[in-house]
Amino acid sequence: MDFGFTKEQESFRQEVRDFLEKKIECGAFEIISNGWLENSSQEFSKEMSERGWIGMTWPKEYGGQERTYMDRAILMEEMLTCQAPIAYHFLADRQVGPAIIHFGNDDHKKEYLPKIINAEISMVLGLSEPNAGSDLVSVKTYAKEEGDFFILNGQKVWTTGAHRADYIWMIVRTDLDAPKHKGISEFILDLKTPGVTVRPIINIAGVHSFNEVFFEDVKVPKENLVGVKNRGFYQLMAQVDYERAGLERLMQNYPVFVNLVEYVKKEKRNGQPLSKDPMVRNTLAELEVEYQIGRLFCYQVAWTLTQGRIPNYEAALCKAYCTQYEQRLSDAATRILGLYGQLMPGSKWAPMNGEAADSYLWSVSYTLQGGSLEVLKNIVATRGLGLPVAKK
Amino acid sequence: MDFGLSEEQEILRKSTCNVMEKECPPAFVKETIKDEKGYSPELWRKMAELGWMGFIFPESYGGIDGSFLDFTILLEEMGRACLPSPFFSTVILGGLPILEGGNEEQKDELLPPMINGDLILTLAITEPPGKYTPDGIGSRATKSEKGYILDGTKLFVPNAHIADYIIVVARTKDGVDADGITLFLVDAKARGVTCTPLLTIAGDKQFEVALDKVEVTHERILGDIDKGWHIIEKIWPKVIVAACGEMVGGAQQTLKMTIDYAKEREQFGRPLGCLQAVQHFCADMVADVDGCRYITYQAAWMLSEGLSCVKEVAMAKAWCSDAFKRVTKQGQQVHGAIGFTEEHDLHLYYKSAKKWELLYGDSWFHREAVAEQMGL
Ligand SMILES: Cc1cc2nc3c(=O)[nH]c(=O)nc-3n(C[C@H](O)[C@H](O)[C@H](O)COP(=O)(O)OP(=O)(O)OC[C@H]3O[C@@H](n4cnc5c(N)ncnc54)[C@H](O)[C@@H]3O)c2cc1C
Repeated sequence: MDFGFTKEQESFRQEVRDFLEKKIECGAFEIISNGWLENSSQEFSKEMSERGWIGMTWPKEYGGQERTYMDRAILMEEMLTCQAPIAYHFLADRQVGPAIIHFGNDDHKKEYLPKIINAEISMVLGLSEPNAGSDLVSVKTYAKEEGDFFILNGQKVWTTGAHRADYIWMIVRTDLDAPKHKGISEFILDLKTPGVTVRPIINIAGVHSFNEVFFEDVKVPKENLVGVKNRGFYQLMAQVDYERAGLERLMQNYPVFVNLVEYVKKEKRNGQPLSKDPMVRNTLAELEVEYQIGRLFCYQVAWTLTQGRIPNYEAALCKAYCTQYEQRLSDAATRILGLYGQLMPGSKWAPMNGEAADSYLWSVSYTLQGGSLEVLKNIVATRGLGLPVAKK
Repeated sequence: MDFGLSEEQEILRKSTCNVMEKECPPAFVKETIKDEKGYSPELWRKMAELGWMGFIFPESYGGIDGSFLDFTILLEEMGRACLPSPFFSTVILGGLPILEGGNEEQKDELLPPMINGDLILTLAITEPPGKYTPDGIGSRATKSEKGYILDGTKLFVPNAHIADYIIVVARTKDGVDADGITLFLVDAKARGVTCTPLLTIAGDKQFEVALDKVEVTHERILGDIDKGWHIIEKIWPKVIVAACGEMVGGAQQTLKMTIDYAKEREQFGRPLGCLQAVQHFCADMVADVDGCRYITYQAAWMLSEGLSCVKEVAMAKAWCSDAFKRVTKQGQQVHGAIGFTEEHDLHLYYKSAKKWELLYGDSWFHREAVAEQMGL
């Protein structure tokens, strides 16, 4: 056992920190919760790309750096600490790239990987549909084979960032007769293809973050199918462990915590700093302990991946735990601020720029996106602990 | 970072686990708890032969100079078995202060027999206020011709009835500060020492130790006069993390028993473990148990490496106190009424979790330390 970082890891962390400090100094971005997901800047992504920080774990033959998942976790921890604007490349870097490396053919790899690494294209995930949320095998969007093309019809929903992305990575039905999970394939599709319509959905924080995406007789070239036809669901299951593993599930509202600690030190109640109130101290210390536990969970997953192993239940456990922590954080923040806890960003009198209230709204989504809390617990119980699966 | 055990650590864990499974099954635990002595001298001898008592002590005293990290593995296995023994009080509460604060003669006299299993030790720190801070120490040590005379009431002193020596924390100067506290090695059979057993939730042996004009000679002072609290402060992080080590093992075992039960017990024609409510209880327990493990071993590793870790130690005990208790509560729920019977083994852990929660500071206490470290 060893809970330290190597010299190389420490100096890498420092390198990332120095880079970010300069960026913040020159006002390149603001430190706001959910920035990793909402703040998209191709320019910033390109600067990361120049430093080899996109696709950094990928094989060198595709332009990657073959660095460890530990290094990637360190990079992410620093990026998330200040909520750097990494949304442009984030999903492609975390998920689509590795999926292409695992399941794509040479043409896919040559076509997409360099563009992802160079921050030339942005990608989003089209998995969920109106009637396929947790029960993803029920997707109905259908790709019908016709000559050299598939003709795509149907709808995706909750597609985060589709309004600003170039490509969508999706699962669609390719066999109507096979059992549900044996008739799904994975596709990559240019969102500018004729017949694709992206329609905004406004979330409860008042933000246009996710979308509906409609497909009407969209002609998809056959080579856009990635992996084996009708094996898409199994391919996807192998990919989500990467999706679930990251520090981005612990640190989405990290600035709230930092600002809250500063706030209670300065703010006075009855002539005393709020930080001297035993309730406040206990609450913040509890959050800190919980945060540090979550951090260990995340690094444990990164360590497992670095060993070349796929996390078993750990990734699901990590996300289940960490997102609940984020929810407790935003709730505690609003309570500690008292009446001011209801004030939204931009409001007169809003402490911490209204981030507590804002994050309280966003936090609803934390335990849903990327696999709901309950579904993750199911995975821990059945896959991790070997508890029996109920017969339907 | 490396979250796994090395090959040697795995061997240590396995072999300790094997000894515990063979020598300390639940039936033995229950029987021993009921026994007035509260431990088995035969097993105590075996533990000494295995080198456990000397695990973290220098070779010059007959120890094996093992790392504190590896020692935590040993403690985890003891916690898993709920081992009733004076190991914690002898080695950690007794041995460490002697190693840290004793002079050469005291160490030469006391550590080798302790390591050989011939000496049982304990520490009398807490008093009626029930505090682990200097302001909780009120027992008086008054200067006399030969040394000092001790008066006062010590509470929650583990294994005082079988101890050869009790390290007594007492005031050589009035006040509530750390300055003015001195440690004394008191012969447990000395005149004026009266031990009265307390009835504890987990059945471990804790005592009121009444000190009535107990004479101690100069040779029996441990460390410098008035500066005894330094010794306590020095060893305390290890005391806390050692406790956490035992809690990790207990929590892990509770989880295992619960999962095994959920797979085997059938209701409505299928195992309980099929039921999602039960599955989610179990998934929550895993987060608690894995959390206990990582946060504890992180602190143990930092102690081994000699790194400053005030916050990490406090975080470990804050988390383990709450999490181990939650795990035992959930475990009881999943077991239903059978878990509420004395015949079943689960209650050993339910009780043990409460004991470890309250000893050496609960989560409120340690979160306050975390708050301080956060600059609040
Ligand atoms: C902010 C946000 C961003 C998102 N971004 C994307 C995206 O970019 N791309 C994309 O494809 N999807 C995205 N999603 C969709 C997300 O993956 C789904 O919301 C999620 O999988 C749950 O599906 P659902 O919302 O249909 O809920 P449902 O599946 O209908 O579930 C509703 C409730 O029932 C519970 N439940 C369902 N099944 C079970 C079960 N078997 N056991 C126990 N409880 C169960 C759930 O836990 C939940 O509490 C996003 C969602 C949010 C909120």
